[in-house]
Amino acid sequence: MINLHKFANPTRFFQLTSVLLPWIGLTTLILLSYGFWQALFVSPPDYQMGEAVRIMYVHVPAAYMGMMVYGIMAVASAIALIWKHPIADIAAKSSAPIGAGFTFLALVTGMLWGQPMWGTFWVWDARLTSVLILFFIYLGYIGLWVSIEDPSRASKAAAILALVGSVNLPIIHYSVDWWNTLHQPASLLRADGPTIDPGMLPPLISLIIGYTTFYITVLFLRMDKEFISRKIYSLQILRTHQK
Amino acid sequence: MHPFLAILKRDLKLSLRQNNGVIWVMLFYLLTITLFPLAVGPDPEVLSRISSGVIWVSALLAVLLSLDKLFQSDFEDGSLDILFLSPISLELVILSKSLAHWLTTGFPLSILSPIMGILLNMNPAGYGILVLSMLLGTLVLTLIGSIGAALTLGVRRGGFLLSLLVLPFFVPTLIFGVIAVDSAIDETTTISNLMLLFALLLGSLALAPWASSAALRLNIE
Repeated sequence: MINLHKFANPTRFFQLTSVLLPWIGLTTLILLSYGFWQALFVSPPDYQMGEAVRIMYVHVPAAYMGMMVYGIMAVASAIALIWKHPIADIAAKSSAPIGAGFTFLALVTGMLWGQPMWGTFWVWDARLTSVLILFFIYLGYIGLWVSIEDPSRASKAAAILALVGSVNLPIIHYSVDWWNTLHQPASLLRADGPTIDPGMLPPLISLIIGYTTFYITVLFLRMDKEFISRKIYSLQILRTHQK
Repeated sequence: MHPFLAILKRDLKLSLRQNNGVIWVMLFYLLTITLFPLAVGPDPEVLSRISSGVIWVSALLAVLLSLDKLFQSDFEDGSLDILFLSPISLELVILSKSLAHWLTTGFPLSILSPIMGILLNMNPAGYGILVLSMLLGTLVLTLIGSIGAALTLGVRRGGFLLSLLVLPFFVPTLIFGVIAVDSAIDETTTISNLMLLFALLLGSLALAPWASSAALRLNIE
């Protein structure tokens, strides 16, 4: 069990991120370049959809990330609430816009893919509706942070909301199994193993990992920014008290 | 008298005496429903097709708009601090207040819904299930809404934020409620949809006061 409290000191965490950041950034660049090169040029076209299948390489990792980031946010919120860990709530706050962005990307690329594949940009089936609701939950979470002025109250309120909203995650994942949906069923995370063509797996996997390292890079950058702005906030308060 | 009943009685008295009483909620409900035939046109077939959804959405909006008064007035005059000190747990206090809120919003809306069904030319086969699904569903909405009301307590312009927070969580109740009514009208099996609504009710009865009380404790000065 990793020792959370070792990194509860913001300065030590800051040092850790400044060491790791260049490496993770480089990994992101390599994985995304390789992944997109493979996706756009090397991997085979689908027998049904032809070249349009290449939208999948942007859409699927984005959808994964939208859900994974929310999961990380929910876990970080739980840690922040239970142990009052100072880094955890900053991690949750910083993750939210990234997750919202990934979810939005998934929705938009899904719409662009739906038009050639299903003949419609949007349909109100279980998977699309629940991902749209995930997007709204992200926006509500960000709205809560923005609206409450006191940071410690805001962090606890947002943590409660993140935990309440986490019931949506299993609904999204199993929506294609529980309901009769237009969106295709799971072809990667299945009990029997992936059903996707093996030629499509290398770019897909490398893009999923690449998107994850991208998330970590941006997360560290945002968390550093958040530390600095909190320091500025408390310095401003000190200054007004001293006047 | 048990504190739960005392709080229930107090909240009912307060909401019945204030100007924002039961009447405004019912008027809003009626007016919203009236908008739809005016907008969509009076064709009875079309109205009948959308009747269950329109009635449900209007009730949902009426409950949503009345949610911020759940804790607001007690927060403003300081009675919330006294309620924190009550002999029963904060979760039970919230349950009592939610029940009082439902009795003055969701309950009358549900009883009135067959009349709204007449306005929208709804198939009478659906009236019974309409009332039952709305009785269950509006209670779920009040309970889930209490979480949002507790989270946005004391926030400026909290009403909009409350809607943004709470509407994603209202969606399953809305979907199952309307499906229940439609399945009664189409004479397909209703019982499974009612069971889903009842499951939502039991889940929110168990979990929502817990989340609301955690959010409410943030407001202890």
